Amino acid sequence: MRLFANADYKFLEQRKKAYMVSAALVVIGLLSIVLHGGLNYGVDFTGGTLFQIRFAEDVTAADVRGALGEAGFDNLQVQDFGARGEFIIRLAEFLEGADRELQTRVDQQFDESFGAGTYEVVRREGVAPKVGGELRQRAIGAVLISFLLTLIYLGFRFEWRFGLAAIIATVHDIAIVFGVISLLNIEISLPSVAAILTIIGYSLNDTIVIFDRIRENLKKLRRLPYIEILDRSINETLPRTVMTSGTTLAVLLALAIFGGAVIREFTIVLIVGIMIGTYSSIFVASPALLEVEQRSGGVRSKSDRRKVTATAG
Amino acid sequence: MFSGISGRLIAIAAVCLVCLWALLGPSLQGEEGSPLKLGLDLQGGTYLELQVSDPEGVMSPEARTDAADRAREIIGNRIDQFGVREPTIQRIGADRLIVELAGIQDVDRAKAIIEQTAFLEFKIVTDGMLLVERLPMLDSTVVAALGAEALPEEARTEPTQGLEDLFQQPDSGQEEEPEPPRSQLRPLTLLLLDSGEPGVFLVEGPQVETVESYLALPSVKARLPDEVTILWGTETRGVAGKIYHPLYVVDAEPLITGDYLVDAQAIRDPQFGTPIVPFQLTRQGGRIFERGTSRHVGDRMAIILDGKVQGSPPVIRDVLRDRAQIELGTGADLVEAQDIALVLRAGALPAPMEIIEERTVGPSLGQDSIDQGRTALIIGVVLVIILMIAYYRTAGLLAVLGLLIYVLIVIGGLAGLQATLTLPGIAGLILSIGMAVDANVLIFERIREEIEGGKTARTAVDSGFQHALSAIIDSNLTTLITAIILYQFGTGPVKGFAVTLSIGIVASFFTAVFVVRTFMLIWLERRSPTAELRI
Repeated sequence: MRLFANADYKFLEQRKKAYMVSAALVVIGLLSIVLHGGLNYGVDFTGGTLFQIRFAEDVTAADVRGALGEAGFDNLQVQDFGARGEFIIRLAEFLEGADRELQTRVDQQFDESFGAGTYEVVRREGVAPKVGGELRQRAIGAVLISFLLTLIYLGFRFEWRFGLAAIIATVHDIAIVFGVISLLNIEISLPSVAAILTIIGYSLNDTIVIFDRIRENLKKLRRLPYIEILDRSINETLPRTVMTSGTTLAVLLALAIFGGAVIREFTIVLIVGIMIGTYSSIFVASPALLEVEQRSGGVRSKSDRRKVTATAG
Repeated sequence: MFSGISGRLIAIAAVCLVCLWALLGPSLQGEEGSPLKLGLDLQGGTYLELQVSDPEGVMSPEARTDAADRAREIIGNRIDQFGVREPTIQRIGADRLIVELAGIQDVDRAKAIIEQTAFLEFKIVTDGMLLVERLPMLDSTVVAALGAEALPEEARTEPTQGLEDLFQQPDSGQEEEPEPPRSQLRPLTLLLLDSGEPGVFLVEGPQVETVESYLALPSVKARLPDEVTILWGTETRGVAGKIYHPLYVVDAEPLITGDYLVDAQAIRDPQFGTPIVPFQLTRQGGRIFERGTSRHVGDRMAIILDGKVQGSPPVIRDVLRDRAQIELGTGADLVEAQDIALVLRAGALPAPMEIIEERTVGPSLGQDSIDQGRTALIIGVVLVIILMIAYYRTAGLLAVLGLLIYVLIVIGGLAGLQATLTLPGIAGLILSIGMAVDANVLIFERIREEIEGGKTARTAVDSGFQHALSAIIDSNLTTLITAIILYQFGTGPVKGFAVTLSIGIVASFFTAVFVVRTFMLIWLERRSPTAELRI
């Protein structure tokens, strides 16, 4: 069996359309972020308390909200989670602070409203506001540093134009992924930052495989126009692109369906990101390389192309 | 060439054996439990981050670090006595501690034990006159600080019949102070009711916060007498259907502190059945205590834990030496007494620690997660196996064999490095399986191209591996960079993701580039050299 053997699609001719698709995706995402009043930061980044609570009896989200209202909490979210009678509650307050007085208030109110022992707190995450601010800074730092190091690495392994094009494609992916996160109303938490960093890694991986082939073909097929080399490289690596994305998506789908509610959002972000990453390595990264080459006057000039020899294994 | 293959096979076998040993060695040596260390999100447990609390900013950075280091030891002692298996306690940053407790049931109790400062002091209860004398001045200080309008209704009304308090304004106080109008407001005095005992006032339940806020005003603090300290008690008193909190006026200087304590136990008072904590002091502590109490026979002694007077201060009937007891009063249960005895034995924290981050997963959710993670992992791996064999046939089968070795290396690596498997870690594992497959796909696609380019089977395989290598190295290294950064910045679960991803990348590189290539070499040796290579 072979998929896309000897494919010969003119991807680069379609780049104007791809730009429009990408622009539309980015704009929709940005609109969603604006309409939602910014991204939905979880307790990891804002400080506050999240708890997952499981009731033995039929309890509705409205009951839970009512009980917490009685206890004097008005800045809260109650969300159904997985099974019936199970909820995720988010409070703006960090219950651990000040002698755990707030926590006691919540416990007493729940015992009073629903009866002690009829519910179980199966997960609780509390973050003091100052820690939330720190975690946010560290997350932003992590994304930027990983960007920088990757750029340096690509600059070292390829030439700077490839690195720039890869970064353009990655920024494009992140912008769209943030849009999707906003559209699906998924909150930004530590795991979703991990997912975003993974997407960066995957998208770069995909781009690098194609760029690796372009680098090789530029040496091998000196007479061909740049745009044809790009198309040819994409087509040659197309079976690999499809097969790898396919298996990764298959595994992620298994994780999303069977992996449980706790990591479902994490997995959904990864699935969307990998689809976007695959699309962008073909329709954004290579066109970006072309545009960068044309603007920097580097098309078909071989003098500054770094010679790269693959080491044999 | 065959010796090359056998050399490769020996290397592969050696790696597999090392991983098997890492995985099975501990249980062969009689150690119990899973060889893989499961994260708190999988087995249930609590992750706490604590920070040295210093709201007034009086500690130097060195003092904070020192306090955190000493707190680490003391909290470690407490947790040992509490009976948690393999707790993790480490200092991070300058003044923070991470405490990880696996599989505990009563999280709130554990937290209370960890967080309690457990600073024990014994102070003599005064007759309270030093405070009473200053009350008029303190009243006007409160009014001056807050303004008459900010005072609550109760503090503004003049005393009614029932509330007529017994602190007749002493003449001395009025002479020292420039006298405000006769109808002056008495916000503080009105809230402090006489208990009938010297040095003890009562505050009605709802007014506790108000009194606290008045006493916390900087201008009020500055005017409190230096010789005494004002402390709340733990035991409330009910009078005529209302609950009152006692406020004690005690000597500022303690007779002795918990530094000299060597042992404490929790028992029930044989006479009253209430929980008590008898304790023993060191020899030196006994001498100090003896000297102190001998001067105060007949006085009442407040036993103060973390700034709160425990129970009802007993009268010193006789000189005390190295033994005494804490009475917790009627409201307390034995568990509470046990926890107090435990923290007293382990010692006081050098400074209060506050919890700034908590992540708790109940044991049931952990078990759900393990089951679901395992199911997803098996289904994911089966899907990959089907896809690989359907698409690449024999070569796919060889890749699947490589994949099995890959799984062995990853699990053995996790066990050998004592890394923790978390839920995102399982996700990282699945993702690195994707990358292991990707390396094989890159190689096989390349071999197909080489064959189409007219090369013989053997050279096609060689140049396929060779040409795919640069892309594999680049993609693995960039992912490794991301994984290392994740490890640097992440907390618990995210770190787990980074660890499995990193181990997975290294293992996938080894299996795709070395193991699968060896298998393919064997396969090429065994088939007829002229047969067409079909991948």
